[in-house]
Amino acid sequence: MDFRLTPAQQALKEEFEAFFQEEAQRAPEGWIGGMFGIFESEANWAYHRSVADRLSKKGWLSLPWPKKYGGQEHSYIEQLIFNEVRGYYRVPGVDLWGPQIVAPSILEHGSEELKQEWLPRIANAEINWCQGWSEPNSGSDLASLMTRAVEDGDDFVINGQKIWTTGGHKADHIFFLARTDPSVPKHKGITYFVSPIKEGVTVRPLLFMHGKHEYNEVFFDNFRVPKTNVVGKVNQGWYVTMAGINFERSMIGTVSELQRDLEDLVDLCKRTQRNGRSLYEDPLIRQKMAQLDTELEATRQWAYYVAWVQSKKQSAAPEASAAKYFSSEMTVRFANTALEILGLYGPLKEGSKWASLHGKFEDLCQASLGGTVAGGTTEIQKNIIAWMGLKLPR
Amino acid sequence: MDLDFTEEQEALKKTARDFMKKDFPNTLVRELEEDPTGFRAEIWGKIAEMGWLSVIIPEEYEGIGGSLMDLVVLFEEMGRACFIAPFFSTVICTLPIVSAGSEAQKKEILPKISNGELVLSLALTEPSATYEAAGISTSAVADQEDYVINGTKLFIHDAQVAHYFLCATRTRMDGPPEEGITLFLVDAKSPGIKITPLLTISDDKQNEVVFEKVRVPKKNMLGPLNQGFPLIQHLLKHAMMAKCAEMVGAADWTIENCTAYAKERVQYGSLIGSYGIIQHYLAEMWTEIGIAKRFTYYAAWRLDQGLPCDKEVSMAKAFVSEVYRRWTRMGVQIFGGIGTTREHDMGLYYRRARQAALLFGDPDTLREKVAQEMGR
Ligand SMILES: Cc1cc2nc3c(=O)[nH]c(=O)nc-3n(C[C@H](O)[C@H](O)[C@H](O)COP(=O)(O)OP(=O)(O)OC[C@H]3O[C@@H](n4cnc5c(N)ncnc54)[C@H](O)[C@@H]3O)c2cc1C
Repeated sequence: MDFRLTPAQQALKEEFEAFFQEEAQRAPEGWIGGMFGIFESEANWAYHRSVADRLSKKGWLSLPWPKKYGGQEHSYIEQLIFNEVRGYYRVPGVDLWGPQIVAPSILEHGSEELKQEWLPRIANAEINWCQGWSEPNSGSDLASLMTRAVEDGDDFVINGQKIWTTGGHKADHIFFLARTDPSVPKHKGITYFVSPIKEGVTVRPLLFMHGKHEYNEVFFDNFRVPKTNVVGKVNQGWYVTMAGINFERSMIGTVSELQRDLEDLVDLCKRTQRNGRSLYEDPLIRQKMAQLDTELEATRQWAYYVAWVQSKKQSAAPEASAAKYFSSEMTVRFANTALEILGLYGPLKEGSKWASLHGKFEDLCQASLGGTVAGGTTEIQKNIIAWMGLKLPR
Repeated sequence: MDLDFTEEQEALKKTARDFMKKDFPNTLVRELEEDPTGFRAEIWGKIAEMGWLSVIIPEEYEGIGGSLMDLVVLFEEMGRACFIAPFFSTVICTLPIVSAGSEAQKKEILPKISNGELVLSLALTEPSATYEAAGISTSAVADQEDYVINGTKLFIHDAQVAHYFLCATRTRMDGPPEEGITLFLVDAKSPGIKITPLLTISDDKQNEVVFEKVRVPKKNMLGPLNQGFPLIQHLLKHAMMAKCAEMVGAADWTIENCTAYAKERVQYGSLIGSYGIIQHYLAEMWTEIGIAKRFTYYAAWRLDQGLPCDKEVSMAKAFVSEVYRRWTRMGVQIFGGIGTTREHDMGLYYRRARQAALLFGDPDTLREKVAQEMGR
């Protein structure tokens, strides 16, 4: 075993670091990072977009893709390093879905025309995607979705409702699932579409617990999508969703961002005097900080391990599920522990007098709850581990 | 032994539950969360009329002369309904007036609290962010007929609507820190008081209150000079039990609503409540909340009876806080996406739990106190 990066990977990592360090300087006032921060204000969105343009010029939005489609044919490990460094510097600039969810689906299942049309636009950061999968009655049981797509000439006509559509209010394109054959078992009648958001689509805001606008409801009312925008085959959409779904479920960018938050917290504890000593010297707080640091390192090592297995083209579904649930649950624990460490200052919001670290943990102890639900709940990940990993009966 | 509420307390509980249903609907909770005053005169008037503000005021001062257990009943219902009003603040500040106020102070103030004329706010904590005496550095210095107060109070609930502050000041610099604290009733309109609202996770109307050369007549000193801290400790014990009652009432809402949702939400063709993991969450939630509630009653009873209870009160506040935090977190999880929204009520309780756990002593600090008591 050798945990070191190769010299080439190390060099690339340093290049990423130099870049993101500089980009971090350009963050707007009040920017506290986080996965959904980009949707929360015009200034944050503008920051995201400007970094996205620079990243596309570097070719860093398509690191693992084939060269033929504008990629660099790097392995999952390089992609992980990129995500990790970007997270640490709390820099946005990567569409939540395009490079790591939509592109792999198109690469694996899309027609040549689709690849030629969409991949360069994703690599060039031209598209702001949103994901129209979940519905009010189809969350964990996604395959039960009811949105209908009916053939009409060269198009499909879509009717139905999506919910929890993150960034739908900023997006110009949507990738979504709709039922094309209601007469067959649920997994076998679903089709995967990509489309600009246009006539027939209505986006309505839903506010997150802390009051910020991140996700939406999306309504389709005779929304027309050409047949050429089907990814994979009609009625085979369920299988298309599997592409890319397991990579990076650890959200290593979140983990490294937490590492950075922890550094800030330790700094603050060193500077804060309580009862004649610094918080950093308080044995209880030391235990808490040490536990946070330990969990971060453990999560990080697991993420590398999962990417390593995947980079060898081996399947790692239970491992990826473990990474997803462990890291998202760890984030909730982290935020709550940080809040405890800050004591009465913890619950103060950004923008309030006396708020600590821009109210980061007041925000995160709510925002992190999204992570254990979105993209497959903790309970569903545990089912996958039990069934696929441990072969327990269903 | 009798582990039940009295008939009167059961009746009070029912009145309170009905009142919250009818006069404090969810829409009002939402309105008051956004409203910087957190105050509705009609609601305040009604609770005064029902006698809730007089529960712990002796009859000779136009009160009811009730017990802490009566208050527990009310706070449980308030917690359940996410009640927003300066009730908690006013009631805990009433305690030291009852126990240590001069006859003149009691005669003047208690009837006005009782009939809803006066709102009180506890100006105790400071940027030191602790409930220990050593954390109090706001000073009060005698000057002719007055004391002059200087300092910054922080995390002060309901200052924005208070008529009086119960202000804990340092009047002696030397000696043990707890032997130099004096309490004052400070008219909130006194020149030199500056109030800045703070924004918190639970929208619970905290403030920074700066006292700059605020003159307070000597007759407004509450209790003896330099011996105010025992009054604060007595107040804090009651505040902790009141908070516990609020938390277990809110936790009751949580178990009821999560269970109801588990019996209603279908995924994969079955109720989510039919899945083992959800059943176990709910079984644990029911167990721990039930235990937390009985523990609250036990500690409140000891305090009410005047029995030694430093340990039990600390244990209860630490335990209940952890239970409430854990199960509001799992409650959000059981609701899934809808639980993470601003509009869904589960988030109200999740946000309040993060704040409540820290007030009047956080679980770590309280466990330390328990450890100290164990060694006595
Ligand atoms: C912040 C956030 C962002 C999101 N962004 C998007 C997005 O951009 N696009 C999109 O399409 N969707 C998005 N989602 C939706 C997300 O994928 C769903 O919320 C998730 O799949 C859960 O579905 P649900 O909310 O309907 O909960 P439900 O599926 O109703 O689950 C409720 C509870 O039941 C449990 N449960 C359900 N089935 C089982 C079972 N078989 N065994 C045990 N327990 C079970 C769940 O774990 C959960 O605790 C987002 C969600 C959140 C919170």
